[in-house]
Amino acid sequence: MSIITIREALNQAIREELARDEKVFIMGEEVAAYDGAYKVTKGLLHEFGPKRVIDTPITELGFAGLGVGAAMVGLRPIVEFMTFNFSILATDQIINSAAKMLYMSGGQFKIPIVFRGPGGSAFQVSSQHSQAIESWYTYFPGLKVVMPSTPADAKGLLKSAIRDDDPVVFIEQERMYGNKGEVPDEPDFTIPLGVADIKREGKDVTIVARSLMVPVALKAAEQLEPQGVSCEVIDPRTIRPLDIDTIVESVKKTNRVVVAEESHPICGVNAEISMQIMERAFDYLDAPIKRVSGADVPMPYAKNLENLAIPDVNRIVAAVREVAYLD
Amino acid sequence: MSKQTAAPPSRAGAEEQGSTGVIDAPAQVDRNQLAREHNEVKERQKDRFAGLNREQLIGLYRQMLLIRRFEEKSAEAYVAGKIGGFCHLYIGQEAVAVGAISAIRQDDYVIASYREHGHALAKGMSARSIMAELFGKATGCSKGKGGSMHMFDKDLGFLGGHGIVGGQIPLATGAAFASMYQGKDQVTLCFFGEAAVNQGAFHESLNMAQLWKLPCIYICENNQYGMGTSLARAMSLSDIAQKGCAYEMASEFVDGMDVLAVREAVQRAVERGRKQSLPTLLEVRTYRFMGHSMSDPGNYRTRAEIEKYQERDPIKLFSASLIEEKVIDEKGLEQIDKQIREEVEDAIRFADESPLPDSDELYTDVYADPIDPSRNRNQ
Repeated sequence: MSIITIREALNQAIREELARDEKVFIMGEEVAAYDGAYKVTKGLLHEFGPKRVIDTPITELGFAGLGVGAAMVGLRPIVEFMTFNFSILATDQIINSAAKMLYMSGGQFKIPIVFRGPGGSAFQVSSQHSQAIESWYTYFPGLKVVMPSTPADAKGLLKSAIRDDDPVVFIEQERMYGNKGEVPDEPDFTIPLGVADIKREGKDVTIVARSLMVPVALKAAEQLEPQGVSCEVIDPRTIRPLDIDTIVESVKKTNRVVVAEESHPICGVNAEISMQIMERAFDYLDAPIKRVSGADVPMPYAKNLENLAIPDVNRIVAAVREVAYLD
Repeated sequence: MSKQTAAPPSRAGAEEQGSTGVIDAPAQVDRNQLAREHNEVKERQKDRFAGLNREQLIGLYRQMLLIRRFEEKSAEAYVAGKIGGFCHLYIGQEAVAVGAISAIRQDDYVIASYREHGHALAKGMSARSIMAELFGKATGCSKGKGGSMHMFDKDLGFLGGHGIVGGQIPLATGAAFASMYQGKDQVTLCFFGEAAVNQGAFHESLNMAQLWKLPCIYICENNQYGMGTSLARAMSLSDIAQKGCAYEMASEFVDGMDVLAVREAVQRAVERGRKQSLPTLLEVRTYRFMGHSMSDPGNYRTRAEIEKYQERDPIKLFSASLIEEKVIDEKGLEQIDKQIREEVEDAIRFADESPLPDSDELYTDVYADPIDPSRNRNQ
């Protein structure tokens, strides 16, 4: 085990997969000479050269589509969006081309591509550069959507995503690149897609959280322990397909659920998770599901307003206490 | 065009060449004038016969006629309710797909828009597999999941019909990128209509293709209408070939009613793609004789305008040249037509008799590697 940051874990994953398979290349804005806007691709140009590590013009629709076309004929592109905010320009190619190609070609053209980059809230960059749009991509059959919350998950899941034969939207969290954690040293360490992880075991309340909300939920669980509430924290890690079984098993044990996410509440991923829990485990619920979400407003700039827009430990603690009927 | 690009043919120049340059509809048809133009184009076409043997010439004719008859039957089947959804016919534009695809190898890639039945046939896909797809049958090239706008054939390097205007242009650029990346000398032909030129995808792709030297041949089939909106009402600079200059890309204007002119222009582009790994933009002036789709009333253009272009019908023109050059006689042409009508009838029968997709097919092909969380959890 080594203790490294999420940024370093992602870098290792990309480096190892570039070394493993000639068909893999990475392209995006500033990924090469600049070493990555967030340094995720640091050193890769030096190691693999400009054929495999490619700086693109600022042309998101164009290079996303180019990646899909290259994947159609056998390459395995990693397309980096400097942030997922800019992927909005490329949605036609991600949704109309990548997600649907296999189906509308009757199974002929698989699209082994990874669209990755940071998403979610960033630090005081206001509305256009700070938002969680994973529910958009999660909506579409044909895409797989992954959101890691630890360095080990980041590395293991990204390697699996690169090896996967389907288009994977891999959303890192901009605020979490510097977070540290243990990562196994085995050269072929991977984590399968589609499997939730129980980040903390507990018996009274299940908290379903992903990405930025995982460390927040874990802190909330710590605070609640001395208050006599034992929380189980589940990180789906892959939100399409969703490992609902692991969540339902937990609900059957705790009978109470809080779902936490930093995205807007309406049509968010947790709305779907809540519905599936209701469909599969309604009789096990001892309280209505409580959700904690980002504010339903564009992200503000001012520090105090930004803090109010992103869920924090206190809000998760309050929600858990509510479903546990403690208040 | 190496640096032929420096002075792309202006629209006026195109007129002098007797090409399909006129956009404003004439009030009335001047039949004498049309006959003169027809003869001029034919004379130029005959000059291009050199270097092609009889089999090749007849092959080109055959393919154009196959597309024509296929589309005529598609229209009938659509009206009869056998084909659903949208159905965009290629009638009038046959010389473009046939001329262009005749200039490439089997292992080269072709990608097109939603008006792609003709390109699919020209790339070698069977009339049966395309008609069955139109009929929404299990035997269709896309197993009945794509329909008119989404014909695919991986084995033949036909990368599909694509339904979002301009959406296939970055994909083509990516296929050409893959050829370059793997050091192969393949080229990619990317077909799109002139309306796609106004999309960002066109400009983003051309920029990357020239910047990275990708062997992609962008073939703009300028049929002069984006649905019902004429080029003149939609594009500030309507000399599309000239837009290559913005990217320092070789570009050329081509008469799209002359199958041999298209073939020659694409041959030059293919050479540039294979030898120098460079892209080309071709503006091919053509005309669709039918509406945008089967539901188009066509009230945005005059009968006279349509007649003018029908006089330049690429198939009529080429058959006249073939006869005058004694490549074949009327009887020979009739025989070809008979064979083709049989081939299309066979395709219709095949499509009609084929089974619908099994209900289980609804959920297949969504993922190449479907994830079973319970399986993965035990890994």
